[in-house]
Amino acid sequence: MAELTYRDAVARGIAQEMERDEDVVFLGEDVAKAGGVFKATVGLLEKFGPLRVRDTPISEQAILGAAMGAAMTGLKPIAEIMFADFIAVCYDYIANEFPKSRYMTNGQVKCPLVVRLGNGGGARFGAQHSQSVENWCMQFPGLKVVAPSSPVDVVGLLAAAVRDPDPVIFLEHKSLYALKGDVPDGEIVDTLGSAKILRSGTDCTLIALGMMVPRALAAAEQLAKDAGINCEVVDVRSLMPLDTQTLLGSVARTHRIFTIEENPRVLGWGAEIVSIIADEAFYDLDGPPVRITTPHIPLPATDILEDLAIPSVSRIVETVRRSMSS
Amino acid sequence: MRKPTVRRAGPAVPNDDIGEALRLELYRSQFRLREAEQRAYDLFLQNLVKGTSHLSLGQEAIAAGAAAAMEPGDLSFCTYRGHAHTLARGVSVEKVLGELMGRDNGLMRGKGGSMHLTSVEHGVMGSYAIIGAHLPIACGAAWRAQYKGMSDVSVCFFGDGTTNIGAFHEALNFAVIWTLPVIFVCENNLYMEYTPISDVTAVAAPAADRASAYGLPRIVIDGNDADIVYRTMKEAFDKARRGEGPSLIECLTYRHSGHSRADPAKYRPEGELERWKLRDPLKIYKGRLKQFGIEDSRIDAIEQQVRREVDDATDACKAAPATSTDVLFTDVYADGGWAWRN
Repeated sequence: MAELTYRDAVARGIAQEMERDEDVVFLGEDVAKAGGVFKATVGLLEKFGPLRVRDTPISEQAILGAAMGAAMTGLKPIAEIMFADFIAVCYDYIANEFPKSRYMTNGQVKCPLVVRLGNGGGARFGAQHSQSVENWCMQFPGLKVVAPSSPVDVVGLLAAAVRDPDPVIFLEHKSLYALKGDVPDGEIVDTLGSAKILRSGTDCTLIALGMMVPRALAAAEQLAKDAGINCEVVDVRSLMPLDTQTLLGSVARTHRIFTIEENPRVLGWGAEIVSIIADEAFYDLDGPPVRITTPHIPLPATDILEDLAIPSVSRIVETVRRSMSS
Repeated sequence: MRKPTVRRAGPAVPNDDIGEALRLELYRSQFRLREAEQRAYDLFLQNLVKGTSHLSLGQEAIAAGAAAAMEPGDLSFCTYRGHAHTLARGVSVEKVLGELMGRDNGLMRGKGGSMHLTSVEHGVMGSYAIIGAHLPIACGAAWRAQYKGMSDVSVCFFGDGTTNIGAFHEALNFAVIWTLPVIFVCENNLYMEYTPISDVTAVAAPAADRASAYGLPRIVIDGNDADIVYRTMKEAFDKARRGEGPSLIECLTYRHSGHSRADPAKYRPEGELERWKLRDPLKIYKGRLKQFGIEDSRIDAIEQQVRREVDDATDACKAAPATSTDVLFTDVYADGGWAWRN
């Protein structure tokens, strides 16, 4: 067991898979010699050499297109798009190419690749370098979308993503890179499509993803201490496939749900979950489902504004307390 | 603006580098593409093919010449105007027409349609309907060949309109800096959809005049002469297999029909189509066969065989059942199904 940062867990996860399978290759902007702008891939070039760890030009279409061509013909590429916001300039591959190639060709074409994105806010980078783009990705049939919230999940879910035969969007949260956590020694492989109950509770369920997970856990502790509200906290981890059984099971126990989403309000993943629960577990609910999200605004740069926009521990606590007492 | 310099065939010499057997094959291939495309058009008129379709009538020499220069294992990446390139790699006319008609015998059982013809077993790695998307994808396939020490080359076909989209430029730069075994083949048929390419492009030769920006030689060829296409492609394959990286080849050609099924091509100046029909690739090539002393009877025999193949394929498709509705939910994910939740 070692204590690792979320950042170091990325390099460990990639290294674990590159050691196992020489068809795993890695490309992106500044990922090799510089070790990544977030220093999440330091040491990989030295360990695996310039044929497997490759710096690219600022050409996001070329990065994702090349990853796809390599995946179709036998490699298992990991591509990095530095800031998640930048997928808007290579969205064709995410929307039209990766997810549809197998279906359109009646199963002839495969696309086993991983796209790592530096996702999310909290770093004061402003509206074009801070977005939570999970909802931009989860809408396409054929894609898988995961978002780890802890170092151990980074290693395990990254390994699962690399070994998965489908295209996987892997959302790393930029503001979690410094987060520390215990990571067991040896090979770690997790399962895509599995949510995790991180805190058992009886009064309501907080459903969170990415950076909202540690905030939900902190809010749950405060709610237990200050208000006597015992929250269950579920880390969704995987938006596609979605572990609805874990979510529905939790609703059946607690009878109240709150989704905690970093994305702007409209069409967030929480809306999909709420709709599933309304459809399938309506009579388990003792009150209306509540979505706690960033308001429907672009993210501002400066700290006092950004902190007001993204759901905070105190906003989660206040919203849950108010809803549970009404 | 500079006029493109066009390479034309040298004087005809008997027993030249192409030789009789390949020359007959090149004629057969072009004639087959012509007949199959014409049949696809006829089936539209009979409402047996739905949706849209982009024909290569008039552009057959490029697909035939390029495919003849390929080795088994080389990979083709095509656009939505991809019937000819798919057929030229040896995919049956029945599979292609079946796909256009949405029959169970179709290449992808109706799930892709005209714009996405794919036959991995023939090296046809897909037909891509978003302009420019497949140039980087071809780079990736070439990267795999380079990384794994394999000798295959990826060939990416696209139209003149593609040269004005970003992915074209990203892919060229990428292919050059990584010295990838990829060949970019621009079919310049003078129109990007409905607009003359010269109206919307900064240079006279939309692909070739950009080559120097990526350190590549400027190559413009007569795309209506299959011999020239074949020879130029051979050189590019040799270069790629020697590890010397990519080529960009601009082939001048002309489409005899509109951009797509919906387009009667009324934007063309009077007489232009007629002038290009004098340079019809099939006319040029039939003349070449005669020049080399190949008897009419042998040419007729090839044409008969091809016509029979296309007729038989048409009959088989008309008789085939509509695709099974079972395939609606298959192959979304690699497990064969479409489940996105438990």
